[in-house]
Amino acid sequence: MNIWHIARNTFREAVRDRVLYNLIAFAVLMSGAAVLVGQISFGIERLVVVNLGLTAISLFGIVIAIFIGIGLVSKEIEKRTLYTVLSRPVQRWEFIVGKFFGLAGTLVVNTFFMALGVFAALLYVAHAFHKPDAWILVALYFIILEFVIITSLTLLFSSFASPIMAAIFSFALFVIGTFAEDLRGFAAMTHGAERWLATGMAYLVPNFSALNIISLVAHEQGVAGSLIFYNTAYAMFYAAMAISGAVLIFQHRNLK
Amino acid sequence: MSAIEIAGLEKTYQVGFWRKRPKLALKPLHLTVNEGEIFGFLGPNGAGKTTTLKMLMGLVFPTSGSARILGMQLDDPRMKAQIGFLPEQPYFYDYLTGRELLNYYAQLSGVAAKDRTRRVGEMLERVGLKDAANLQLRKFSKGMLQRVGIAQAILHDPKVVFFDEPMSGLDPMGRREVRDLMEQLRQDGKTVFFSTHILADAETLCDRVAIINQGELRGVGAVADLTASVQSKVEIVWSGTALPVAIKSLHAETKASGETTRVVVQETQQDAVLEILRREHLRLISVTPVRTSLEEYYVGRVTPPGANGAKAGGLA
Repeated sequence: MNIWHIARNTFREAVRDRVLYNLIAFAVLMSGAAVLVGQISFGIERLVVVNLGLTAISLFGIVIAIFIGIGLVSKEIEKRTLYTVLSRPVQRWEFIVGKFFGLAGTLVVNTFFMALGVFAALLYVAHAFHKPDAWILVALYFIILEFVIITSLTLLFSSFASPIMAAIFSFALFVIGTFAEDLRGFAAMTHGAERWLATGMAYLVPNFSALNIISLVAHEQGVAGSLIFYNTAYAMFYAAMAISGAVLIFQHRNLK
Repeated sequence: MSAIEIAGLEKTYQVGFWRKRPKLALKPLHLTVNEGEIFGFLGPNGAGKTTTLKMLMGLVFPTSGSARILGMQLDDPRMKAQIGFLPEQPYFYDYLTGRELLNYYAQLSGVAAKDRTRRVGEMLERVGLKDAANLQLRKFSKGMLQRVGIAQAILHDPKVVFFDEPMSGLDPMGRREVRDLMEQLRQDGKTVFFSTHILADAETLCDRVAIINQGELRGVGAVADLTASVQSKVEIVWSGTALPVAIKSLHAETKASGETTRVVVQETQQDAVLEILRREHLRLISVTPVRTSLEEYYVGRVTPPGANGAKAGGLA
């Protein structure tokens, strides 16, 4: 129950600190893009709107996840708001897990409203929805899985590093993770001990490239059910590991 | 039964970036606080008061030793449901209103949903924030934050309440209200453990006090017992610059300034000095207590040998 209360408070903080103002920027971006695309492109309006819309949702979400995530723990320690929480019957792991769900929830709500914007822009340029548009929902689901991973990683870094360092680590892992498939390919080309090391590193970074199907759905191609299952299991496992790490560190931390 | 039992609680921090070196924050502390008493934890800034409180609250882990509150371990959630804590200079979620904040804390403390609204309303009224209940905390003054801090500490009707510098930032009226509240808590059978460096508050309120300095316990007991051997001092001022030989022979601290002369003597010497002044036909201007006896005791305990008492004492 404590997890729910902490998550709800984290969500409320994000909303009241006007984090969701990015929705206005997103709405302006999508309206402008839809109008512009309608005028300058012929036959590829859907492709441009889906590509632009989903990429923007992903980037907006990643930025929010990192910038809120880095302060989730450190800000509470710095401002000492944590003292009156942990002196109650609240376990440290409940605090971390509650914070995670609060931010993940914020990102899901944020994504929902941005997705409405994408579908509105799509309707504007295509005048009707078609069956392949349903795959956009899968792409959005994968974007949420991306947020789940990056939120858990940011939380892990913020449990021991300063906010700046946590932001740098998170951004770096996001960028590296975007090229995870290439890293795995590179690892496969090496030999001996190097191969073990490179493969280990390649599998340690989050595989964001497997979660990115924006181009696929923009070209109206479907997604295999096995990929949905695999990606879901992967994201859940990765996030669980990162959160466990955060809990383990936070469990032994002195709150000076 | 003891409300708080501290057995050899010790804390050493590792400081420095590259070459870590140990810094002792609290030497092994042994202390017992009885149920239903107001216990003052006194000491200058940096003495180890907050470190002790943080260890009791489970925010900082002791290097060695142990403590029990209400007979339970420090990490026992059942114990935590029965204690309240007000940190020093508290800061709360400023995007919440006073009512929302207390409601949140009530949820975390396990206050039943059916009682929550009523309990929060009662607390807001008790600390005089009823009219500001729906105001965001970012618009609260320092005094109002302290009040909401006290409210969150006693909201769930805890058996033991810990206050870290509860009078800090309050005006005289606010301080008096906090004192009254502590008295009320004692009457309700609660145990109050509070840290302070304002000795007047401790002397007025506490059943017992402990004095800590440089991480070491320097004295503990009932105020009357601790101060039994301490003489209070008085400052006597009279008109003119004449210093009678009889007063001079007391070897007391004297100072002539302008048209007056002052002497600081032990309280027991007061009558003798007044008699000398009367005999010498010197006009008495004032007799003022210089320090209460607890202050004398405190200064004696926190002052390094050979140092100036008031300077080292860090009195507020």
